[in-house]
Amino acid sequence: MIEVKNVSKMYGEKMILNDVSVSFPKGKITCLVGGNGTGKSTLLSIISRLVAKDSGLINLLDKDIVNFKNRDFAKRLSILKQANHPNVRLTVKELVEFGRFPHSQGRMNALDKEKVLESIAFMGLTDIQDQYIDELSGGQRQRTFLAMVLAQDTEYILLDEPLNNLDMKHSVEIMKILRVLADDYGKTIIIVVHDINYASSYADYIAAVKDHKIIHFGLTDDIIREDIMKEVFDIDMTIVDNCNNKVCIYFK
Amino acid sequence: MIRIILILILIIVSFISVFVGVKDISIFDIHRLDQDELLVMLVSRLPRMISVLIAGVGMSISGLIVQQISMNKFVSPTTMGTLDACKMGILFSMILFPGGGMMYKMILSFSIALLASVIFLKISSKIKMRNIIFIPLVGIVFGNILSAISTFFAYKTNLVQNMEGWLIGDFSSIIKGNYEILYLGVPIVILSYLYANKFTIVGLGEDTASSLGLNHKRITYLGLVFVSITSTVVVLTAGVITFLGLIIPNIVSLMFGDNLKKTVSYTALIGAIFLMICDIISRLLIAPYEIPIGLTVSIIGGMIFLILIFKRAKNV
Repeated sequence: MIEVKNVSKMYGEKMILNDVSVSFPKGKITCLVGGNGTGKSTLLSIISRLVAKDSGLINLLDKDIVNFKNRDFAKRLSILKQANHPNVRLTVKELVEFGRFPHSQGRMNALDKEKVLESIAFMGLTDIQDQYIDELSGGQRQRTFLAMVLAQDTEYILLDEPLNNLDMKHSVEIMKILRVLADDYGKTIIIVVHDINYASSYADYIAAVKDHKIIHFGLTDDIIREDIMKEVFDIDMTIVDNCNNKVCIYFK
Repeated sequence: MIRIILILILIIVSFISVFVGVKDISIFDIHRLDQDELLVMLVSRLPRMISVLIAGVGMSISGLIVQQISMNKFVSPTTMGTLDACKMGILFSMILFPGGGMMYKMILSFSIALLASVIFLKISSKIKMRNIIFIPLVGIVFGNILSAISTFFAYKTNLVQNMEGWLIGDFSSIIKGNYEILYLGVPIVILSYLYANKFTIVGLGEDTASSLGLNHKRITYLGLVFVSITSTVVVLTAGVITFLGLIIPNIVSLMFGDNLKKTVSYTALIGAIFLMICDIISRLLIAPYEIPIGLTVSIIGGMIFLILIFKRAKNV
């Protein structure tokens, strides 16, 4: 599991994370929710070592993340950042193959090739695997990058707003795939989502971020409450029960 | 398959290159060259052919590498100030160590080129406006500043004429004994091939590269070292050849994509063929005199570059 202890981060004078402590349960999906600019993305970046923290400690499997070698870390934890992916001319398959890089260092064996094809199929990209990604739609490209993360086959998967650019059908598909990854493959998944109902429908745990702190953390059922939602998002929501699944209604 | 065709074309143009020149040596006389002709061959023609080959391959691959590192298709040793920095290094070594040989020139030129490349990369990463045309524009301005500083010192020390010498690339003065430094470019080409995967990943951006366990910084600096060495040896022997590092990787990218494992060889071959053909044209147009190759490349390359700008800018 991932333990975050008293982590703080400032950009210049600006506070981004203020003494955040949380531990993400193993084999579960945890959704980070909260408004823009509250520090959710930065927290993911710090956990995945893309951004250095100012203070605090982060343990992965009871080992400080700064003590991992690059390659070993990349075999255990993968991250997909927000969808500003570069316009490179690689085919879908070529890009997904790079997901195996931490394992193969460019020399792929049979297992690597199998994982690549499996990930492509998982994301429904088999038909377009030889197309260049700069010729795909935003949603297809997003799924290609997700397939690359899948191919990396890490125990921990961090996704920063993976549903951006995706239509409802594909968003739901992605969430279902993540559910399978957690339930059947025991992956630990931390994901930033903006629509609270994706969190309420698919997450095991929810961490609510506000004012650069995690103000609530717990089982999805315990967090999806009208008073908590009001506190986190600053809007009134009605929560209805839809076949044992809480749905927040915030449209008027 | 395409690779084999390209190799064949390269062999043919290289062959033609050896038989083009002031002294008339016919291809059909190859089996009965007299003493004189053999001398011309070994001292002038072959060295020239080899240096065009290495320069063409080296500059094209340099362009490919910096385009990956900067994630910008319009960056090249020309448009990031590296070549101007090489000239500056050579000039400074002439001022500071007038009697010093090739070694001094090379070390100083390499150091300044590397420093300038790093500075350019730092500047371009600070620029918020990630417009693809804007970044190389900054690089060109940066290069012009370096060039102006060099010219200033050249005036002070009466070296302007000397500087003109490597302002425009020219292979006409290459003979046995003064081009061998170019061979340093060969191991760099081989290393570029070995690091192809890593350069491709660097082109996916720092976050993705780090997520895949790559030390982004190390590969970036390694790439800049490769480029600085190649640029230095090419400028030292032939002079500045603009546009080559810009257009060849772009043509290859449009045709074959950005997976360097696949495209390094295409870039190398097409770069060599292109420069070889430019060299032959330069020697034939006003024979028995010749046009500096830098000029030929600039004219042909400049036109292709404009076409590419329109094509690429439309896509982005």
